[in-house]
Amino acid sequence: MSIQTVSALLSLVAILLLAAVFLRVRSLAHEGREYAPVQGNAYRIRNIGFWILVLVGLPITIWLFRETPYTAQAAAPQVINATGYQWYWDLDRDEVAAGTPVEFHVTSADVNHGFGIYDADGTLVAQTQAMPGYVNRLTHVFDAPGTYQILCLEYCGLVHHNMIAEILVTEGSTDG
Amino acid sequence: MADAAFTQGAETADRGRLWVVLYLATTGLVLLLMMLAGLWMRLAQSGWLDTDPALFYQLMTVHGTGMVGIAALGGAAVLWHFLSAHIRLHAWVMGANFWLFLIGVVAILAADFPGRFGGAWTFLYPLPASSQGVWPVWAAALHLGGLLVIGVGFLIWCLELARGIIATYGGLGRGLGWHVLFGGSTKDVPPPTVVAATMVAIVTILALIAGATVLVMSLINLAFPSVELNPLLAKNLIYFFGHTFINATIYMGVIAVYELLPRITGRPWKTTKVFLAGWTLSTTMVLIIFPHHLLMDFAMPVWAMAIGQVFSYVNSFPVLVVTGLGALAILHRSGIRWDLVSTLLLISVFGWMAGVIPAVVDATVAVNSVMHNTLWVPGHFHFYLLLGLLPMIFAFMIHLVRVEDVTPRGGDLAAILYLLFGLTFVTMFLVGGWASVPRRWAEHLPEWQIWDQIAVITAAGVITLTTVFVAMFLARTPAMLAKG
Ligand code: HEM
Ligand SMILES: [Cu+2]
Ligand SMILES: [Cu+2]
Repeated sequence: MSIQTVSALLSLVAILLLAAVFLRVRSLAHEGREYAPVQGNAYRIRNIGFWILVLVGLPITIWLFRETPYTAQAAAPQVINATGYQWYWDLDRDEVAAGTPVEFHVTSADVNHGFGIYDADGTLVAQTQAMPGYVNRLTHVFDAPGTYQILCLEYCGLVHHNMIAEILVTEGSTDG
Repeated sequence: MADAAFTQGAETADRGRLWVVLYLATTGLVLLLMMLAGLWMRLAQSGWLDTDPALFYQLMTVHGTGMVGIAALGGAAVLWHFLSAHIRLHAWVMGANFWLFLIGVVAILAADFPGRFGGAWTFLYPLPASSQGVWPVWAAALHLGGLLVIGVGFLIWCLELARGIIATYGGLGRGLGWHVLFGGSTKDVPPPTVVAATMVAIVTILALIAGATVLVMSLINLAFPSVELNPLLAKNLIYFFGHTFINATIYMGVIAVYELLPRITGRPWKTTKVFLAGWTLSTTMVLIIFPHHLLMDFAMPVWAMAIGQVFSYVNSFPVLVVTGLGALAILHRSGIRWDLVSTLLLISVFGWMAGVIPAVVDATVAVNSVMHNTLWVPGHFHFYLLLGLLPMIFAFMIHLVRVEDVTPRGGDLAAILYLLFGLTFVTMFLVGGWASVPRRWAEHLPEWQIWDQIAVITAAGVITLTTVFVAMFLARTPAMLAKG
């Protein structure tokens, strides 16, 4: 399952659970009860919820931060230098091999652009910002051969939606 | 637990009432116009209405800027109305802010339509100065100047809040209830409205200072292109400003929930230590989590990214735990009959809580790598603004024209329909994000357009119901004002 699908399902489940709570409150609101016991219950639920958020959620989010794209480094990567211009990508190489790391050195010659890598099915697999004055290094291993596309993911003006480049990912290894 | 001096059911002594009404009327009208601009964008993306990309990006700029502006204007009306029952505020400040707002709006409209400026509401440096001839420099300068004027208006407005809170409570720390939270005092406990207003004043003042700084720097760069900014610094300032400013609008709006639910149910919303802790946490968190907008700027220090991820998660606690559960507890088995106002308030709390969820998910770096700047992001913020903030404002509008009488009246079908259309509409953005559709694209690929088309239809529903709410308010305003 893609990260997108996992994220969407997680959000969906959480929102549905929340909706169920709201629907219950809505349907029971007409029963008038004293506030004190209701409030006591709510405080209990609140405390339990709080500790779940802290004890379960916090370790998870910290654990998820252990692997970030910021520090990823590969030993002998295939390097692509990519520069964004209004409104095209300049890549110094557009063919790489699947299975070995590719290091993108991404920058911009004018405004901010976004360097988004899309696989052959149109799924976004990795991205970094392309910024004037900075070179962002993005390491990515292409799992499968095919034609990948670079789409612009930062609004950059009139032709933002048409700033597309292609990368051909071939089977096996070529020279680094 | 400390008890707030709570004036329940009492009509608010509202000195700036006429201004509050004017703010709301402007909010309603601009909102409808901006929604039509949004509908046009969705029509363009769906392939149903051929639109020049230049026009699309102008509409996008006007829609983004205008919506953020009226979110603040509508929120300000709610906050001012209820805060003036607790604190003496100078009504002229409402007027000053209003006129500056209008001047700014005129400047922005002139810059964006005749001037063709399309640099988005985020005006990311150096795009305003570098359009490849699509818009002239004067248009960029006029747009940024308009923003600056609006910002100055809100800055004056927030300084007045801060002044009033300090004059009445003896300091902003006391407005946040720190003497209760940390000192164990039971005197001068600030009611929820004052706590929220203090938070809004603090964070909005800081946001506007950052925003004004980067606007002035960008204007100088437009005038003297050889004076360059650091693009990463500009980005940090812009997102600090933008994130904090738009977030503060819902902290203004939520005051309607704090004030109206107790009147409707007869159950008080007390200032407890947990409540105060939640708001103090929100005040600090909302200021430091903006790096979650910069997670794909690998040049940022890793510690800032860690803050962006972890604290964005922590920041969801106060919302989910304090306000959400507080509202649910007040309503649960309260014996009320649902009507338009109470249902809108219930929806607003749901919309806020649920809208936070996609944001927390996306603030995780591993997710952000494949969701950042996709339609997932408009999915998140339309969720909490369309289904969180707006229902708060609508509920307040209707409450006002009912002359603040909370006796349940009539049905709530319009609110339910608004919820259903709104939910489907925002879900189409989220589905677009799931399908990797980039945000801010004037043209969409055919395989994405089915979602856009559903969004068009449901947006039309949202606009229809918004028209109903705004019309209810405008139609009954004269009668309400006549009653005094
Ligand atoms: C019927 C209601 C609405 C419709 C049809 C609508 C439509 C849209 C569309 C199509 C976009 C551009 C999405 C993209 O990136 O491709 C957008 C962006 C945006 N909308 Fe809305 N919207 C609506 C309501 C609202 C409301 C109520 C608010 C805030 C109070 C809001 C605030 C924004 C903002 C801030 C942006 C970002 C603009 C940018 O990316 O520069 N919208 N909206
Ligand atoms: Cu670009
Ligand atoms: Cu772009």
